[in-house]
Amino acid sequence: MTNLTVHLPGLTLKNPIMPASGCFGFGREYGAFYDLSQLGAVIMKAATQEARFGNPTPRVAETTAGMLNAIGLQNPGVEQIIASEVPNLASYDIPVIANIAGSSLEEYVTVAKAFNKTTAIQALELNISCPNVKAGGIQFGTDPELAAMVTKAVKKVSNHPVYVKLSPNVSDIVAMAKAVEQAGADGLSMINTLTGMTIDLGNKQPLLANQTGGLSGPAIKPIAIRMIYEVKQHVSIPIIGMGGIGNAKDVLEFLLAGASAVAIGTANFQNPYICAEIIDALPDILTTYGFTKVTDAIGKGHGA
Amino acid sequence: MKRLQMMVVSVKEIALDIVEMVLKHQLAASTAKPGQFLHILVDGHTLRRPISIAATDPNQGTVTILFKKLGAGTQQLATCKPETIIDALGPNGNGFSYDSDMGTALLVGGGIGIPPLYNLGKELNKQGIDVKAVLGFQSHDQVFYEDKFREIGEAWIVTNDGSYGYKGMVTDVLDQIGSFDDYFSCGPLPMLQAVTVELSEKRGYISLEERMGCGVGACFACVIPAKTESGYKKICQDGPVFAASEVIL
Repeated sequence: MTNLTVHLPGLTLKNPIMPASGCFGFGREYGAFYDLSQLGAVIMKAATQEARFGNPTPRVAETTAGMLNAIGLQNPGVEQIIASEVPNLASYDIPVIANIAGSSLEEYVTVAKAFNKTTAIQALELNISCPNVKAGGIQFGTDPELAAMVTKAVKKVSNHPVYVKLSPNVSDIVAMAKAVEQAGADGLSMINTLTGMTIDLGNKQPLLANQTGGLSGPAIKPIAIRMIYEVKQHVSIPIIGMGGIGNAKDVLEFLLAGASAVAIGTANFQNPYICAEIIDALPDILTTYGFTKVTDAIGKGHGA
Repeated sequence: MKRLQMMVVSVKEIALDIVEMVLKHQLAASTAKPGQFLHILVDGHTLRRPISIAATDPNQGTVTILFKKLGAGTQQLATCKPETIIDALGPNGNGFSYDSDMGTALLVGGGIGIPPLYNLGKELNKQGIDVKAVLGFQSHDQVFYEDKFREIGEAWIVTNDGSYGYKGMVTDVLDQIGSFDDYFSCGPLPMLQAVTVELSEKRGYISLEERMGCGVGACFACVIPAKTESGYKKICQDGPVFAASEVIL
């Protein structure tokens, strides 16, 4: 019997598979397709201090082997999420991770503090990498000093372990990872989307109303693997890997690169059952490649 | 809504770039309501395509969809041969609601927004409600389903370039159609904006389209501002049909 269990700061995962933030809402829709208790964990859609409407439409566009999105962190605000959404997710037998975002250091701190009120979440994912909001977000994720500052501030106020979600839109991902590790991050999530654009030949203008969007899907998988592989060599905190995962072999590749668990994003849109199907397929894939435990595969791509 | 494996029965181009595809699936044929859509996976493409249901035949176990060959995905879908199995989520969304005591309904459709109105018109006919339809196309070569609409009621055909029927916009003929109770409209956003303004005294329902991510309500890609506490509705999940008074176009 293959052991899929993974222990991470604040999280005991019965398997290393979780849906990625922003791609799964608050679980209600995909919960109609299958029992979410099968999942390793759920990462909720980003929470901000106040409700946010997000960007004008169109907000998504298909690209070669992927998609662009510019949703703009639409959410009902942290208090509403705690009141209406967290209890629903807490009814499943899975750890719940809250993704927090903000336009200022103060907003991150406020949102992080708000989640102290509930014991129904097990960790925070600090979103300093959303490319689709005008104020805040991405500048925290592209400057190591600011990333460290916001990580430190959130760690100081939060009762929960903090995973920092890194942006790939930087020239030195290792510097970013080291900065947030030194600032006290308990783990890393990587990678978020890459900034991209597509132009509509019909009206000759950028297709997305926001002009640019975050590129996700299979197209970004090699970038995610490379960045996780590099970062793994320089930090000792665990990594939740994500970026274009579509099947159990992709999961194994992320584990070998150094991820301890993974999140599935865009693939949910193609196949609403994808997380459950990958969980079912994972033992066979691990066995095929000579592993009896998920934890044996983590970082094995680095030799030894 | 379920994940469906639907078998292609036939594929036919019925007007310029307009493809009619008949799919076999008993459950979908028996349960789909007018206004609902299928979220169709096209091989090699990341995002599914939302395509409204134009007709159902519970006896044959078939669902008819019409789509326009616009981009690579719909062009590829159009090449599917009979007996191909298509992966679809559906029936998705909420369909049209109507008052069964209504005497006459007006359908106002534009281009590829017309198919769901045909499904609705048939249903209204079955309920004993009279149907009038105003159908707008860009030009004569894009006109489809004229005869089918005439089978269920009176129909006015309008083309933008005047190559067939009345020349102009659907709103140009609304003063000719006489009395009706409620209206139902689907088409490009500028058309819906014009129709809802023109018919603001009437109760109306509109079906909206938007680029979708998940198609089930999880990703928030296809929202429309609305007069609700949250300030928005999700087109895929709360719609695609809305009361004209509840959304802000």
